[in-house]
Amino acid sequence: MGNVLLRLEDVSVRFDSEQILNRINLEIQDKEFVTLLGPSGCGKTTSLRIIGGFVTPDTGFVYFNGVKMNDIPPYKRPVNTIFQKYALFPHLNVYENVAFGLRVRKKPEKEIKQTVKEMLALVNLSSFERRDVSSLSGGQQQRVAIARALAVRPKVLLLDEPLGALDLKLRKDMQVELKNIQQQMEITFIYVTHDQEEALSMSDTVVVMDNGNIQQIGTPLDIYNEPKNAFVADFIGESNILDAVMKEDYKVVFAGHTFRCLDRGFGAGETVDAVIRPEDLEVVPPEDGMLSGTVTSVTFKGVHFEIIVDIRGFKWMIQTTDYYLVGQRIGLNIGPDDIHIMKKSEYSGKFGDYSTYSDEITELSENAEEEE
Amino acid sequence: MKAARKLSPLHRYAAYPYVVWAAAFVVAPLLFVLYYAFTDRSGSVSLTNFSRMFNGDTLKVFAISLAFAFIATLICLFIAYPLAYAIVKTKKKTQNMLIMMFMLPMWMNFVLRTYALSFLLEDKGLLNRFFDTVGVGHVRLIYTSGAVIFGMVYNFLPYMLLPIYSVMAKMDKSLIEASEDLGCNKFRTLINVIFPLSLPGVVSGITMVFVPSVSTFYISQQLGPTDFVLIGDVIESEIKTTGGVYNYGSAISFVLMLLIFACIAVMNKFSDEESEGGVIV
Repeated sequence: MGNVLLRLEDVSVRFDSEQILNRINLEIQDKEFVTLLGPSGCGKTTSLRIIGGFVTPDTGFVYFNGVKMNDIPPYKRPVNTIFQKYALFPHLNVYENVAFGLRVRKKPEKEIKQTVKEMLALVNLSSFERRDVSSLSGGQQQRVAIARALAVRPKVLLLDEPLGALDLKLRKDMQVELKNIQQQMEITFIYVTHDQEEALSMSDTVVVMDNGNIQQIGTPLDIYNEPKNAFVADFIGESNILDAVMKEDYKVVFAGHTFRCLDRGFGAGETVDAVIRPEDLEVVPPEDGMLSGTVTSVTFKGVHFEIIVDIRGFKWMIQTTDYYLVGQRIGLNIGPDDIHIMKKSEYSGKFGDYSTYSDEITELSENAEEEE
Repeated sequence: MKAARKLSPLHRYAAYPYVVWAAAFVVAPLLFVLYYAFTDRSGSVSLTNFSRMFNGDTLKVFAISLAFAFIATLICLFIAYPLAYAIVKTKKKTQNMLIMMFMLPMWMNFVLRTYALSFLLEDKGLLNRFFDTVGVGHVRLIYTSGAVIFGMVYNFLPYMLLPIYSVMAKMDKSLIEASEDLGCNKFRTLINVIFPLSLPGVVSGITMVFVPSVSTFYISQQLGPTDFVLIGDVIESEIKTTGGVYNYGSAISFVLMLLIFACIAVMNKFSDEESEGGVIV
């Protein structure tokens, strides 16, 4: 790691009248696992296709090792893509699919054979050489696609929602496997997903995108603990986001209470967004709490309960392993390091209130979309 | 549950008209052809029709017909394939319009189309008048073998274009991207991915052009040299001029059917093997 391998500079793309990417700037290091994360339509796939060479940016530049790549066609780029639906060649068997890029490069037969065997072993498909690709399961096809792309030894592997079509269990296994492969091959992975958990667990760097803009770039921990705006805070995990006012450095007022916090550098009296993660809230008896309110809903989630509490009309989400009754009054304590202060943004007020607690409904409609 | 698997009576009745149709207009005529082919004019079983065929000029006509159909099919393929490839590259709306333009002549009567062609190719026809004006001079176009081939290509090209186009239009675009991603330029992608995947369209296009080409008679009569006959012409004149003696014509038809069948079988075999290969270029 260390040297910049790939750089997008001021890249913009419009399709018809729609602005897909809006002056994107991005640097990707060698051997880094970078995830482009965002909701559908945020521009993440377009960014990937620009790097792959399948989309030409309207403005801006793509540099690879400092060399401009804008006009280099896909087949001359040192990057390879894992396509969303694998795109295996149906007229070739597993062996020939993996050998495809090597044959195009006119490698000697002996080397081809060795590389194909090596790659199929890497993805645990050694005994599948002569199989027809259409006879494979989704997970197996996925592995063939990975072996095929890695066989030509790319500097960068681009993965476009590669696990989207797999079921949950298989997806988790493949996440681990992909990460292992990336470390074993020592190459850069650029991974596109809308699954925040996938992004957090696999990446060195997460690039959160929305609406054609990069919202935040950082390590998974940074992104989770120090979100830049309400969109990032809401998209990565659950968040209570409140309108707040900075009283002075290290002191913030929200929900009618003054809290100690670790943030400074805001103007006195500046309105800000305060983020408190549901798992950081400490439930105490009502009389001992900094805040108190009434439980309006309790959902069992397996490891924990998800509790919605009404405090002065704002619905907070709490994750706790203790059980509380609907209608019960409880108190809440918030420690200074559990509060994260963000500058106001275009996303302020749009996220982080669970009064219209619709996550499940959003999830349902998201799943329905995926199935289409 | 078992009952549901069986066809309901309504479904079965719905198929009856077709069964009757097939029996009356497909199976029965075939049986008649067979019967006439293996009998002489008195109605007794014999192979005289076949011995006559193998001794006379008919074999040569067979060979010429197959050769002409083969050349016409090949030309159709070489025109239609790049054409389909080019059409698929355009926008959806343009695609529909272009396909429409190639289909439109098919809506016109076949005889009329061929007749119009002869006007075009005549000694004093449109093309020759054009040649005169630009100073190329007179070129003999009509009543040549070339005119027959041209007639076949002109008439049957849409049957080659359509199946190839529809296979290409349905092709998964990400396969083409995957090929480019793995190092193929446009041409290698065409050879290594698009062509093998479009083979089913090519095979049905070849069948749909070859079969009518090999058995056509009107085109050769209208555009070919005066003494020129294709096997279709022989069959036609046998049936038309012998006053109800169908034996010889039936025998030729029967052999022609076998030949076509054999050609298609060979081609299907060939295309199956082809699709299992690796990277060519």
